[in-house]
Amino acid sequence: MKVKDIVHLLDLTVYSGEQGLDREVTGGYVSDLLSDVMGRADTGQLWVTLQTHKNVMAIASLKDLSAVLLVNKQKPDANTAEQSNEEGIPILGTTMGAFEVTGKLYELIR
Amino acid sequence: MHHEYNIVGGDFTRAGYASSQVKKILRNLDVDTAIIKRTVIAAYEAEVNIVAHAYNGIITLDIDADSIRIVLDDMGPGIEDIEQAMQEGYSTASDKVREMGFGAGMGLSNIKRNADELRINSEVGRGTQVEIVMYR
Repeated sequence: MKVKDIVHLLDLTVYSGEQGLDREVTGGYVSDLLSDVMGRADTGQLWVTLQTHKNVMAIASLKDLSAVLLVNKQKPDANTAEQSNEEGIPILGTTMGAFEVTGKLYELIR
Repeated sequence: MHHEYNIVGGDFTRAGYASSQVKKILRNLDVDTAIIKRTVIAAYEAEVNIVAHAYNGIITLDIDADSIRIVLDDMGPGIEDIEQAMQEGYSTASDKVREMGFGAGMGLSNIKRNADELRINSEVGRGTQVEIVMYR
């Protein structure tokens, strides 16, 4: 399943990195601890978090994640969105909390 | 092949830049993907440690046919008890750093788990040297 399919099915906002909407999503990882994501997330996964600062994109890029999904109406910082555009890794948003949106994601991509 | 990167303590907007350069170089050399993944995790955690704890530092990358060697030298407070610092969950990070999702005490154990060799030397009040070696 592609990032754009998930955006459509879960009615997500696309904040940045539109050119990466065709990336393939191979799974998901949910965490707000950056070292946890660094150590345990894997290539192609969609990262669900409430962290909005620029280091999120450094990790998404280093780990070759497919996209970042911000929960609870969080929006990316300006320099975070900028790096997302440069890397072509989309930042998405939802009004849902992590529990709810992760449940829906799991049904879609498990 | 030798590369050097300067790291500025406290500048989180640049954290991960050196590690992303390391990743690019290893990719261009067609290093095995699994080794790149482990190297990137170890390099990033060690780079963030300089940003979070030290005043400044230098990262050197040396690659030969058999190994990838990353040495991170910082001027900073040093580590009083390395064994304690290695314990998962132990951290001396500030509240500000923790709010960003860093400082969960997972960094050094991430490095240890992914590096083929890890050496840490530290002098309190002077700085810390972390040496990471990966076998190709």
